[in-house]
Formats: sequence, C-alpha cells, structure tokens
Amino acid sequence: MASETLHEDSEKLGADVLDRHRAIVSLMEELEAVDWYHQRAKATSNVELRTILEHNRDEEKEHAAMVLEWLRRNDTKLDEHLRTFLFKDGPVTEIENAAKASTSPADNGMEGSLGIGSLRGTP
Amino acid sequence: MNHLMRDLAPISAAGWEEIEKEAKRTLRALLAARRVVDFKGPLGWQASDVELGRSEPITPPAPSKDVQARLRRIQPLVELRMPFEVSREELDAIDRGARDPDLDSVTAAAREIAIAEDRSVFHGYPAAGIVGICQAQAEAAIPLGASHADYPAAVAAALTKLRDEGVEGPFAVVLSEQLYRDLTARTDGGYPIISHVQRLIDGDVIWAPGLAGGIVLSMRGGDFELTVGQDFCIGYSNHDEERVRLYIQESFTFLVLSPQAAIPLVMGPNQG
Repeated sequence: MASETLHEDSEKLGADVLDRHRAIVSLMEELEAVDWYHQRAKATSNVELRTILEHNRDEEKEHAAMVLEWLRRNDTKLDEHLRTFLFKDGPVTEIENAAKASTSPADNGMEGSLGIGSLRGTP
Repeated sequence: MNHLMRDLAPISAAGWEEIEKEAKRTLRALLAARRVVDFKGPLGWQASDVELGRSEPITPPAPSKDVQARLRRIQPLVELRMPFEVSREELDAIDRGARDPDLDSVTAAAREIAIAEDRSVFHGYPAAGIVGICQAQAEAAIPLGASHADYPAAVAAALTKLRDEGVEGPFAVVLSEQLYRDLTARTDGGYPIISHVQRLIDGDVIWAPGLAGGIVLSMRGGDFELTVGQDFCIGYSNHDEERVRLYIQESFTFLVLSPQAAIPLVMGPNQG
C-alpha cells in the first residue's frame, strides 16, 4: 500500500484525490527528513559526517520543492496562496491584508478569475 | 488594474459577488471535459503557447547552404470571449439587498462559453489548431446500437477495445445531453440503463452538453491535456445609463497525447 493515512475508502476518492494524497505524504516525508538530517548534522562532532548529512539534507529540500510544485500545478487554491505569499518582501503576516485591501489582485495575475480550475473528482 | 478593466465598471463589490457566483455555478455545472482530462495551469494571461517538443526542417538562412535549420513547433492558446450585458437596475437591486436578481444573461454567457470549451476538447477546433478526442479516434468509434437497451453493450465493447490496447482505468463515460437523459429515463427489465453503464465502468457517467454522442475514456492521466492560460474570468467592456457590458473570457488549448485512451460512441445501429 502506498499510504497508511487514507481516512476514506480509496475507491470513493478517485485518482485525482489519491494522487494529491501521495504528493502531500511525500512532501511531509521530505520535510521530516530535512529536519532529521539538520538535527543530526548539528549534533555530530565529526566534521566529515556533518558534511555528508548537510549534503543529504539539502537534497531532501530539492525533493520537497519538486513535489510542492506538482501540488501547486494540481491545486488551484494552493496555487493562489503560493502566488500571494511566496517571494515577497516585508512581514509575511501583512501580505494577506495587503492582498485583500488591494482592489487589484492583478498583481498576482488572478484578478477576476472565477477559480474554476480542474473539476476532476467533483460530483 | 489589469486587462479586465474591472475597476472601471460601475459595479459594487456586492454586484460583482452575485455575478461571479452565478457564473461559477453555471460553469461548474456544465463543464465536462475538466472532469475527465488532465488540467495544466492556470498559467496566466501572458501565456501564449504550449511546447510540443517537436521541430521541422526549414530552408537555411541565405546565403548559407550547409547550415541546417529547424523550426520549433508550438501550439498557441486560443482566447475565447463571451460578451453579455447586465441591467444597472438589477445591479442597484442587488445593492439594496435583493435576493432574486435577474442574472439570466450571466447564466447564458457562462453556458455558451462552457459548451465552447467542451466542444473544442471533444470535437476539435481547427481554427485554433485543436484536435478533439472524438476526431483523433474517429476510426475507432463504436455505434451505440438501434435501441437504448443496446447502449450498455456498446460501452462494454468500448471497454474491451481500451483494455485490448493496454489502456488501464479508472474509466469514465461522457454522454451528450440527449443520451444522458435517455439513459437516466429508461429501464431495461426494470433496471435503469444508466446503472448498467455505471456498474460496467465502475466509475462516473458524466453529462456533457458540448458533446455529440458519447466517449468512454481512461482517467489514468497523461493521455489528454487541457492547458489553461487565463482561467475563466469576468472583464468589463463599457456601460451606458441602462446596461453594463461585460464578458467571460479564458485562454486555453488542448492536446490529445494518447488517442487510444478513448473510444467515441456514435449514434447508429451495430454493424455486427
């Protein structure tokens, strides 16, 4: 089985939901691995081992970024939020307010979009 | 403000909300291709084309004779725009709290553009360089049979054909408005024909007003790709004292990557 964390009958979920689940679980695993490698690299006093652990940790970050990008491409709402919050200057907590206050969400290319996106898996 | 010019429209936030709600409801109810094909995007209004990964040899630039030249092939996105008008009286009513605004023009425009997208995906749109699923697999089409009771057998034959080609599920059946109505209304020996079909495919039967006939297709992914630049959005054209002129717009293109992953169902008697 690809995952032990399904909360519903897989036959009712459909291919799209299952693929997104796979991607989300993969992203969780990659970020967990980053955390573990980071802790071990910090804790060891062996310089050679630390170099290897840091190298491996950074490769996991690459894996996480790739899966996140797949999720973004397949989740319209996630795409919208990432476009709002990522690669911005200033305090993160103020980005949402600035976006809401703006009458021109054209800044993120989403103004006027009805947010239809993919309808796979919708009844 | 972007290319939609919404800030210039004499429409309040409440008015926009009602218009968008109506458009979304209609689009979600009618769009069928987006339920079964892969969706790529939205890539934004600036996106112009999809790379095909192919090129064709062309004449080298003069005066070179030995230089070899190839031209990359791309598929451009097509822009669809459906204009409509909204009465300013109705917009005023929304601002006063009316709960029954007359937004039939929004519904009609959304229906028209939803069907246009589906028709392009299912039957192609030559002017936009789009080959539809039914076009790509026209030679593999299976006749539905002379009577409604024959429909499940036609779906079973399509499934056999798909599996013979090594195409895996999950599968879906997409049906025209008329076929869907026929299948839901009629029974075979007291058992609804649509239930026969659902049991055969073990998947969804989808209603598609933009489709003529039907399609049995795989939803395993990687076979049919709808690329959207600007997803459906509402823009502003102009207004006078009585009406505000708006439009629903999108940009997209569609690629059939594996034609064998779909079998069209066409009206007509069995040939066997």
